Amino acid sequence: MNFDFSDDQKFLRDEARKFLEAQCTSAHVRAVLDDDAMSHNDEVWQKIVEMGWLGAAIPEEFGGLGLGMLELCVIAEELGRVLAPVPFGSSAFFFAEAIKLAGTDEQKAELLPKVADGSIVGCLATTEGPGSLSASSVQATVKKGKLSGTKLPVTDGDIATHAIVLAKEGSGIELYVVALDQDTVSRKSLKTIEPTRSHAEMKFDGASAMRMAPHEGNGMEVLDKIMNRAAVLLAFEQLGGASRCLEMATEYAKERHAFGRPIGGNQAIKHKLADIYVKNEVARSNAYYGAWALSTDATELPEAAAAARVAASEAFWFASKENIQTHGGMGFTWEVDCHLYYRRAKLLAVQAGSPAVWKEKLVRALEHKNAA
Amino acid sequence: MDFTDSTEEAAFRAEANAFLSQHLEPKKGAATRSGNYLQRAKDWQKVKAENQFAQITWPKEIGGRGGSSMQQVIWNQEESKFDAPTGPFAIGLGMCVPTVIAFGSDEHKQRYVQKALFGEEIWCQLFSEPAAGSDVAGLKTKAVKDGDDWVINGQKVWTSGAHYSDYGIVLVRTDPDVPKHKGLTMFIIDMKQEGVDVRPIHQASGGSEFNEVYFTDVRIPDSDRLGEPGMGWKVALVTLMNERLAVGGSPGPDWAEIMDYARSSGSMSDQAFRAKLADWYVAAQGYKLTKFRTQTALSKGETPGPENSIGKVITANHLQDICNSAIEMQDHYGIISDKDHAPADAIFQESFMWAPGLRIAGGTDEILKNIIAERVLGLPQDVRVDKDKPFSAF
Repeated sequence: MNFDFSDDQKFLRDEARKFLEAQCTSAHVRAVLDDDAMSHNDEVWQKIVEMGWLGAAIPEEFGGLGLGMLELCVIAEELGRVLAPVPFGSSAFFFAEAIKLAGTDEQKAELLPKVADGSIVGCLATTEGPGSLSASSVQATVKKGKLSGTKLPVTDGDIATHAIVLAKEGSGIELYVVALDQDTVSRKSLKTIEPTRSHAEMKFDGASAMRMAPHEGNGMEVLDKIMNRAAVLLAFEQLGGASRCLEMATEYAKERHAFGRPIGGNQAIKHKLADIYVKNEVARSNAYYGAWALSTDATELPEAAAAARVAASEAFWFASKENIQTHGGMGFTWEVDCHLYYRRAKLLAVQAGSPAVWKEKLVRALEHKNAA
Repeated sequence: MDFTDSTEEAAFRAEANAFLSQHLEPKKGAATRSGNYLQRAKDWQKVKAENQFAQITWPKEIGGRGGSSMQQVIWNQEESKFDAPTGPFAIGLGMCVPTVIAFGSDEHKQRYVQKALFGEEIWCQLFSEPAAGSDVAGLKTKAVKDGDDWVINGQKVWTSGAHYSDYGIVLVRTDPDVPKHKGLTMFIIDMKQEGVDVRPIHQASGGSEFNEVYFTDVRIPDSDRLGEPGMGWKVALVTLMNERLAVGGSPGPDWAEIMDYARSSGSMSDQAFRAKLADWYVAAQGYKLTKFRTQTALSKGETPGPENSIGKVITANHLQDICNSAIEMQDHYGIISDKDHAPADAIFQESFMWAPGLRIAGGTDEILKNIIAERVLGLPQDVRVDKDKPFSAF
């Protein structure tokens, strides 16, 4: 039994934390928050690129560090703690993992080294309108290699150089890699509840689209597998944010005095923070299991990923909203960071499918397992 | 990351499993309490002790195995797969006897430890009182020195197994004129002696697993004192520290049982139920996997972190929620607890009536959250207006 990260992985975590606490402060996040023209913090992004983290889970033959999925999980948690205002998740969790899992050999050889060295930024473009994603909700269409349709919101869509796009072709659904520097692609920034990560409306008007490895129209199933991988990584990012919220709330509850004593001496606050702690520990244990399943390609990945995602979405949501509540009126000011976590918590909870979608995926996985 | 045993751990697990297979039947569903449960428990305890499986971490000199905490965890995991009658000894060997070992004289250890270990004598723990539950240090049962004896009068409550126990450890007030934590003393008490009156409590669930214990002029020799007079609270903390290791585990039906029932009854098509099922699975997995994290720390010889403190807050509440849903799923029929009619042998109805007790026993939800807030998160202690004043002032 060794249900923990290795000493090397813990060292990586400590180094990443030190680095990010110095290089990705609240001021760096707020620079993006307060400037509508800023899609991300490029100063922070370039430093992260230099660290090589984008290639942590990309094999050495494709220009990565070839460390592994556990190392990428460790980095994800640290990025989540500091609300890194960069397209790391879009490029490393969604785009790179999709190419690794379902890209052609040519796509892997061409794109993965560029993701690893930061010369391209990838994103995932699936959503077109309100409601959960399904085969019948996809309107974007590819005919003879040309993509037409509209995707919104695309997270990090206005910084990305490449997108993986979900579209119909004939009677099936497929995934395509689209270079975004084409004249037939237009992008418009969208106003969202999470301005420290940029979002775009992306229009394709006959854009060249390269199909990923042929899947005979079962693109939804392939997307499902990609999402399982991304879900574990997102769970760690969410866990980092939830952990930071508990720290913020606890620190504040010790300092803030009311009625002659710290507010953290009152059971209403103590029990609230204990509830956050319990949810965070449930999320951490489920995330670790997801990491194990991801790193070993275990057959348990579908339920492990779903449980990790459900637990992490609940933990970050609960911690972020109760962190504001614990801070009282101060927590509702623009200047205090609480709302930044509240915003990020909701983006990460719906970015790869809402909690309801993942609960359903989890129950289906349990039914499948039970029937087998 | 991996879930496999080390070579030594695997060898111990195999040894434990072989031993268990030789003596017990594999568990099918919940543990059975049929037959002469108490005698079966005593017999099984004897067999375990004779083969050094009774207390894995105790030193060999006192009948243990001299093993590691990890081996104890492995033993517990393996034993739980069998229909093992362990209940009557959990409190005695888990809490009381370790307290005797820590604070008793050599004579006490020689007299009591082996008898308990080999299943000949059963122990109970007498702390809680009608007016001292969460605030145990507020207890009122008093002991007055009379020659070489102490004379005890008062009442304890919620004493598991008092009706079949031979001995107990009892916490009493020996000095009411000092603050409450400073006037307590711990004693060993002979439960079969004159003046000890054990009365079963008729629980809200209908059963009677716990007792009230009344003391009328009960005499305890001063030589059966554990620790100095007035040091009883420190002694009790050692006992309660062991409780947190002893209490836990699955108290009743979980997500798998309700899913089985939902499948057989056609309720899996209910979207609201499916979402709840996912939540129960996530919480149950979360607790199970958290124990694996604790186990990993033990396996590496490290001290586990505080994460295990989440256990009972999760399990007791989820049990209550699951049973509530199972009953509502059966609609009007769900109120039937007659096993001849109720689905799943009425486990949901039975556990529904047990669940409120589980949220209280061994630390209420509220006290456990206080503990997490104060000891894990470092928040200030609650206001304790009686902390520095003589107990008799209240």
